[in-house]
Amino acid sequence: MIVFWVVQGGSDDERKHCRLLEAISSLGGKTRLAMSESELYFHGSLPTGEGDKINLSDLIGTLDKAPTALTATKKQLKNLEHNHTALDTPLTRKETEQIQRVVAFEKTSKEVSRWQSVVVQNQKAEQLVFPLNQEPSGPKRMEHVVSGWKAQTPLEQEIFNLLHVNQQPLHNPVLTQNEEATMKAMSLEEAKIRRAELQKVRALQSYYEAKARREKKIKSKTYHRVQKKVMRKEYLKRFDEMVKTDPAAALEELKKMELSRMKERMSLKHQNSGKWARSKAIMAKYDDGARKAMQQQLEVNKDLTMKLVIPTNEEDEDEVAEALPDFVNDAEPILDPINPWMRGKLSTEPAAQEESNCLVPPAAGPGDVKAGDGPDLLREEEEQVEETEEEAILRGFEERRKLRRAKDAVEVAPVVMEESEGKSSDDDDEVVEISEFTSLYRGLVKDHVEPPVEPPRAGADPCVSQGEGPALLEEGLVRVRTLEDMELLGQDVSACEPAPQTTQTLSTEQTEPQSATKQADGKRKRKKMIDPNEVLTKEAKVIKVPFAPTAVEDVEDTDEQRFIIKEAFAGDDVISDFLKDKKKQESAGMPKVVDLTLPGWGEWGGGGLQPSRSKRKRFRIKVAPPPPRKDQKLLNVILSEKRNSSVAAHQVSQVMFPFTNPAQFERTIRAPVGHTWNTGNAVQKITAPKIVTQLGAIIEPISREELVKGENQAVTGKSNLRSDQGPQQKRRSQQKKKHKHKKN
Amino acid sequence: MAASGETSLENTHVGKKKRLPKRYWEVTDEEGKTDGKKQKEDHVQTPKLTDPKIKQKNTRGPRTGGGNVISGKSDQFPGSAPIPNEKLKKFKRGEKGKLPPRPHHKLRDAVVRSEAATELAQKQNARYDLLLPEDAGFLEGDEDEDTCTISQDDIADAVDITSGAKYFNLVLSQFGPYRLDYSKNGRHLLLGGRRGHVTCLDWQSKQLMCEMNVMETVNDVKWLHTEAMFAVAQKKWLYIYDNRGIELHCIRKFNDVLRMQFLPYHFLLATASATGFLQYLDVSVGQEVAAVCTKAGRLDVMAQNPHNAIIHLGHANGTVTLWSPNQKEPLVKMLCHSGGVRSVAVDKTGTYMVTSGMDKKLKVYDIRSYKPLQSYFLPAGASCLALSQRGLLSAATGDVVQVYRDVWSSPVTKPYMAHRTKGTVWGAHFCPFEDVLGVGHAEGFTSMIVPGAGEPNFDGLDANPYRSSKQRQEWEVKALLDKIQPELICLDPGQLSQVDHSTWEQRHQDKVQALGFDPLAKEKFTPRLKTKGRSSSGKVEKRKKQVAHEDQRDVIRQTVEDRMKIEKERKEKENKEAAVAGQKSALDRFRK
Repeated sequence: MIVFWVVQGGSDDERKHCRLLEAISSLGGKTRLAMSESELYFHGSLPTGEGDKINLSDLIGTLDKAPTALTATKKQLKNLEHNHTALDTPLTRKETEQIQRVVAFEKTSKEVSRWQSVVVQNQKAEQLVFPLNQEPSGPKRMEHVVSGWKAQTPLEQEIFNLLHVNQQPLHNPVLTQNEEATMKAMSLEEAKIRRAELQKVRALQSYYEAKARREKKIKSKTYHRVQKKVMRKEYLKRFDEMVKTDPAAALEELKKMELSRMKERMSLKHQNSGKWARSKAIMAKYDDGARKAMQQQLEVNKDLTMKLVIPTNEEDEDEVAEALPDFVNDAEPILDPINPWMRGKLSTEPAAQEESNCLVPPAAGPGDVKAGDGPDLLREEEEQVEETEEEAILRGFEERRKLRRAKDAVEVAPVVMEESEGKSSDDDDEVVEISEFTSLYRGLVKDHVEPPVEPPRAGADPCVSQGEGPALLEEGLVRVRTLEDMELLGQDVSACEPAPQTTQTLSTEQTEPQSATKQADGKRKRKKMIDPNEVLTKEAKVIKVPFAPTAVEDVEDTDEQRFIIKEAFAGDDVISDFLKDKKKQESAGMPKVVDLTLPGWGEWGGGGLQPSRSKRKRFRIKVAPPPPRKDQKLLNVILSEKRNSSVAAHQVSQVMFPFTNPAQFERTIRAPVGHTWNTGNAVQKITAPKIVTQLGAIIEPISREELVKGENQAVTGKSNLRSDQGPQQKRRSQQKKKHKHKKN
Repeated sequence: MAASGETSLENTHVGKKKRLPKRYWEVTDEEGKTDGKKQKEDHVQTPKLTDPKIKQKNTRGPRTGGGNVISGKSDQFPGSAPIPNEKLKKFKRGEKGKLPPRPHHKLRDAVVRSEAATELAQKQNARYDLLLPEDAGFLEGDEDEDTCTISQDDIADAVDITSGAKYFNLVLSQFGPYRLDYSKNGRHLLLGGRRGHVTCLDWQSKQLMCEMNVMETVNDVKWLHTEAMFAVAQKKWLYIYDNRGIELHCIRKFNDVLRMQFLPYHFLLATASATGFLQYLDVSVGQEVAAVCTKAGRLDVMAQNPHNAIIHLGHANGTVTLWSPNQKEPLVKMLCHSGGVRSVAVDKTGTYMVTSGMDKKLKVYDIRSYKPLQSYFLPAGASCLALSQRGLLSAATGDVVQVYRDVWSSPVTKPYMAHRTKGTVWGAHFCPFEDVLGVGHAEGFTSMIVPGAGEPNFDGLDANPYRSSKQRQEWEVKALLDKIQPELICLDPGQLSQVDHSTWEQRHQDKVQALGFDPLAKEKFTPRLKTKGRSSSGKVEKRKKQVAHEDQRDVIRQTVEDRMKIEKERKEKENKEAAVAGQKSALDRFRK
């Protein structure tokens, strides 16, 4: 009975429990026993016996014999008996405690999570200033004071209301907004016209869109092809018109076209490597149409990839000059066979040249090293035509030179000028103007060598011309100079000799076989001579000097001088030395093949027996080639590939957390921070401390009011970096500075 | 406030008149438009990076909106004064960073913050650039008059007295030929005659500081970090004197020095000797930092790259080699001339190198890409090249000194100025911050006026020509604190700000090299010596095998565990994916 009360109370307070125990103890012995039993049950430790439920009537049955004092209770219990909704068994303490804990946690976490935004803000903030809520001292700006002001008295409020309703402008009180709006409004007719216009535009647009969509859907390839053709034609027509009417715009357009062509050239379109092209290539054997299509494609490719040659005279001249190594232009015609220095110029060592030849694919042949941009098959086909062009140009040079010579005879220049942009001019300049130095060389050379004799050219076949190579090789030095050049020089020497007839086309070659062979020879020669490894090619500009240097070595004593120079530079060939050095470095950087072959395993071994080839092949470990050298394309440079570990020790080796790749990190530290590169103000801002505290001030913990504010805006975090700050901010920063000084 | 490298290059040349900075109220229509556009762009760009709160703040800035001024008048020039674009460009530091599509908030903050800082610094620098008002002058001839024919006397007559006094001759015919050096701020001059005469003087006031004869051949002279000390390369050893001529040190480690260079920010004195050694002396601690055997014979051509403190050496075989104290082989070896190299000079920005050789050529190289830019032919060759702060080049041929302007960008055909000295030129240097070229020759010293040679705006904290002794002392302390360690000398000075991309192995190798042993190497097992026949070779071998076996087992166990872990993770992931795939979404009911 008492048990029920307790349950109804719904609590297991210690106090109530105590009271219960007292009540029990006041009862008689019999009931006490029953009570204790029930109490045990309440605590959940007593089994309920045979699993049957205890009914209320069983409990009440004992009350029947009890005195009448308990009638009220009895009544109540009777009522309860009618009421069949039995209460659940109470939860165990453990469980209730758990539930309570959960609820409490939720409540508290809700409470605490209100601070979350503030915490995050503070974490994110660039700078925290403590104590919080510091009012910046000092005078405030007028505007701030006024804008912070609020209408407080009822009269003020009323006035402000009135102003607000009328939208009366505060600052520039000429017109109210309504008035302005009416001023700006359009008339009805205007509005109608405008509307109609807009409608029309919209309709047109929709028509156009519909049309475009329809056309886009058409799958017919022929249709598109035709369409494209038409477009192109139209475009060309328009362009032609434009050329007449508006040349400037046409030029623009031309540039655009050129650009698109360049882009196409750069892209790998029309390279016959696409799926379509490959399929056509397979089909071309059997299908005429495919062959044709391929042909077309090839043509397009050719068109696109062809290098544009602008056929002006000057350009060609340049090209010729570029094709030749520069010392071709500034050397004396007479050679000292032994010493390259005697010529005052460089020469490539034949070995180096051969190396360079080997670089070219074998199909091209040993002599086929070309001057400019590597082997170009298309160009090769056209070379014959170019040849004649070149001849024409050369003739032009000849004429010009004659003119100039006439001029030179008049003028006497004090100083040697070396003209190397056009190879034509320098040779006769040399004749006229001789510096001391060159005269020294010349004097040297005179004694030694007979005047240069042109190698016999009439029967020049490949064998003969190649036979020349070894002969020169034996001499150890090769004068790199094209045959055409030599030809010209020969002409200079015999000045009155007429220029060779070189304008004939190849079809008329037979009429003058000698010149033709000469041409051919020259071409071959040129190919061979021009070394892509030529390293010191750069046109030299002449500088006119106002004063001729006086402190020049005495020229008289040529013999002695010659001897000294010869001795000093004996066996000295700068370029080949350098190239050798470079080769050596390159080969040192190459990984070596590891040979792990052991003789005798799986086969006969012994003296004079080599492991079989297959075995050797199997046990040779080839190491992957290293990445290309940095100086691969710089012929006259050797860059050290050694790692600079001394700097590496100071470098950041791993990218830290928020950054995901090194580039991001590098960009954030790209700007210098120090005083040397920045203004004082900027340095201060960039290097501002993360937390600023006021010396001597008590830093209170953040209060609940801050929280309310923080929900609206950041409490403490403030963006420190503002590019152009107002005076007030300046003041604030100054204040900060003061704090810092105090701290220090 | 040094401008970043690229942009300052464009401004190195004299002749171009610097336009006066445009004041912001003088904005023309076009500029106004572009500025407006720029501002708009800024406004468009910033919201992408910043979070809305910051944006709000920015727009709420006190001076940006002109509307909230209470006084009634609208601001005629709202906002801060615009900065001209070219000024901004001058101080640009690299490209802006791009954020990945969905960045981590911390990453975003970091990037945004650094961008803001960079922009602020750039803007302020551009704004304060107007505090550098001085302009480089230049020489302008009459019509049909070459500037190179104007004589020094004429110039000295035409200019004011103080400037005119900068043209003078010192007739020192006894002990010549002379080498010279100006101190870093251009105030002091050091002269060293081949036959032992060493003197230093304040050349502007012509005040002699000391004069002596060392009674030995003098190969080269160099000021150290201040005008209080200088180094003299004498016949045998290297000596250091103070400005009263008192011998402070005789450095016996440095013998047969022919040429010297002083690296001011590293406090290193680099010397090149006749024996082919390139040595570095740290003058702040007096220790030899590095000695490199160049294996290239006598080294009498030397220059430094002021941009990255790399030493350039010219050799008799026509090559120029670049050296740092950290590497025993040349960083770069360039073949520049077909004859020996006579002289090398590098410009202030470290972009161009000018060389002259026995082949009588003068070549200009871009030493960032090592490509030749220009090549000139001088009839008598050139020696003693020197580059001024504004990019003027002086070259000496015999007794004639020629000064060229702008040799790299466009081919020049004639010199800007020329002057004939009394004797063969032996050394030439431009005076920093002055339009003066000092020439040492056989008959003494000539100081000639070269308009437009010196940098007109000096950095008072770096090299102040007008500093007092107190300031000098303070500067010395600061400079020592800012001293850059010699390990940091490398070709690209920006390398330090890059992440080291090397692999772990490479780094480990470096470590091993630095320590002298491998810290991660496993200790080899050596069995303990046991008595009573337990250390017989068979037993020892057995023990060894046991240990090895145990190690192997450990390794195997570890790998198996790792594999299991990976497998487990994979399975979990698969399960998760399956669960996700198996879940029915609300829209699944519409599926067929």
